[in-house]
Amino acid sequence: MSASLLTALQEKFPQARPRPSLDHAAVNVPADTILAVLQELRDAHGYDFLVDLTAIDWAEGATPRFTVVYHLRSTTHHGYVRVAADCPNAAEPAMPSACGLWAGANWHERETYDMFGIAFTGHPDLRRILMWDGYPYFPLRKEFPLAGIETPLPDAEIGAETGAAAIPAPMAGGPFVAAPGEINLTEAEPRAKDESWNEARAKPTP
Amino acid sequence: MATEFSFPDPAAKAAIAEYESEKLSLSMGPSHPSTHGVLRLQLELDGEVVTKCEPIIGYLHRGDEKIAENMTYNQFVPYTDRLDYIAPLANNMAYAIAVEKLAKLEVPARCQAIRVLTAEMARLSSHLLGLGAFGIDTGAWTVFMYTFNEREKLYRLFEELTGARFTTSYSRIGGLARDVPEGWTGRVSAFCDQFLPILEEILALLTRNKIFMDRTVGIGVISKEDAIAYGLTGPNLRGSGLGLDLRKDCPYSGYQQYEFDVPVGTTGDSYDRYLVRGEEMRQSVRIIHQVIATFPGGPWYATEARKIFAPPKDKILTSMEELIQNFMLVTEGPQMPAGEVYFEAENPKGVLGFYVVSKGGGVPWRLKIRAPSFCNLSILPKLCVGTMVSDVVAILGSLDFVMGECDR
Repeated sequence: MSASLLTALQEKFPQARPRPSLDHAAVNVPADTILAVLQELRDAHGYDFLVDLTAIDWAEGATPRFTVVYHLRSTTHHGYVRVAADCPNAAEPAMPSACGLWAGANWHERETYDMFGIAFTGHPDLRRILMWDGYPYFPLRKEFPLAGIETPLPDAEIGAETGAAAIPAPMAGGPFVAAPGEINLTEAEPRAKDESWNEARAKPTP
Repeated sequence: MATEFSFPDPAAKAAIAEYESEKLSLSMGPSHPSTHGVLRLQLELDGEVVTKCEPIIGYLHRGDEKIAENMTYNQFVPYTDRLDYIAPLANNMAYAIAVEKLAKLEVPARCQAIRVLTAEMARLSSHLLGLGAFGIDTGAWTVFMYTFNEREKLYRLFEELTGARFTTSYSRIGGLARDVPEGWTGRVSAFCDQFLPILEEILALLTRNKIFMDRTVGIGVISKEDAIAYGLTGPNLRGSGLGLDLRKDCPYSGYQQYEFDVPVGTTGDSYDRYLVRGEEMRQSVRIIHQVIATFPGGPWYATEARKIFAPPKDKILTSMEELIQNFMLVTEGPQMPAGEVYFEAENPKGVLGFYVVSKGGGVPWRLKIRAPSFCNLSILPKLCVGTMVSDVVAILGSLDFVMGECDR
């Protein structure tokens, strides 16, 4: 099924490339054809249910840096397909919005924007959804630290009055974290990531 | 009949007319009993009628996906408890199967059977809470008392199995935390036997209840097309008449061996979603009885997966090889190949999916959680417009969401 689906797609979209996958059929397409590919899969191949929409950050300096991943399921033949598109510009990542195809893409795209800062062009209401409006960072980007970064409170008035802020989580004593990828044991060993400061010793200012 | 009041001053009349057409903005939640957690609905009202509904979520956002990128696969199991915390055993299972799929690992039949058994018990627990809370939302307090009595019995069984009533953390990659205790399946069977008549009693409190029907029939109707467009899953999707159930469509963990029906609604209103949940509980009991009748023996974890599942504790303390194996597992985590998988399971609230991207080693590069409550709530702006404020409460109750999962 996977091979025939790919050839059928490649007939219409010559730039579509097979994507390495351990399970479902998967395809890589350029960002500018993503909507046409999704629509083709939905209307001609029966993948009519958008189950998931998310992104991957391949870390600073990687090309491409951001990949947006769509998972579609068929409500008739119950197959899955994964469609991925790389954001062409790492500094200002953008992707056409799929809200016109599935209304449910609205919240998924808002979440992806909230977490990765990927702008979905044509989205009717692209705002943060899990973090508060005006939050300055994109937390699922790889350079964002696990503990968080000090930021002003969502309500500026209360922040000014009390001098309080959203502060990073104290990391001393855990949670112990490990690093991904195949690396040597010393580096892979779970540890608090930034041990230069803790509750008792203030964070060094750069 | 009201008689027309004659205004001495025409300006006063105009002022009152302007006041009457003014919309009222009402913030429902984040701590409101009918919003079941920390959901906030920003409503715009024209009298009692909702003209705009904007759900504001994220109050329970803990950054689970960020946390997952910084710890080994087994360390994340307790975090899955806290997604849909009404049915942690089902989340544990979905997560474990997703990672096992990445490792191309098959768990033995006994492990699969135990997982199905616990997932169906979790479904009972979740639907019981869903029904009880729905009852309260629509003014039927008694139902809650009955359902929580039964949930307490389930919690005792969970505690005996996992050591915890609520946050079970029962699955491990490649197996389970422990085997079932002696005689436990018999007690589950006995629970189910006494539960069925009580379930009928609970459903009888609502199914033909005049007040309950007035509050739910024809309220919050979701069409098939909308259900698919918004990515609704679980009883909310099946209430709209679509018989989609991953346990049947893409069976996992040996669900294909068991006989059960997938109930569907006809109109897609709040009442249909209630009926679907009621029938799903009967089907869950049916599955539990079948699992216990055909309960397989043999190992309860993947014994050959030495780089993934920890060896038995007594061996760790007595044998060098197992000691090293355990040390490597704890420090480096279960070793996974590079690649990506997506797996989703039919949880009580809907389809819970895990998208795991691995670069190899013991820590995921990216772990995306596809939460059913998140998708189910995204239909609210469309569903609530034109309804009364009291209907919003009934609609929320019928959607049976949990914010721990929605906000992650």
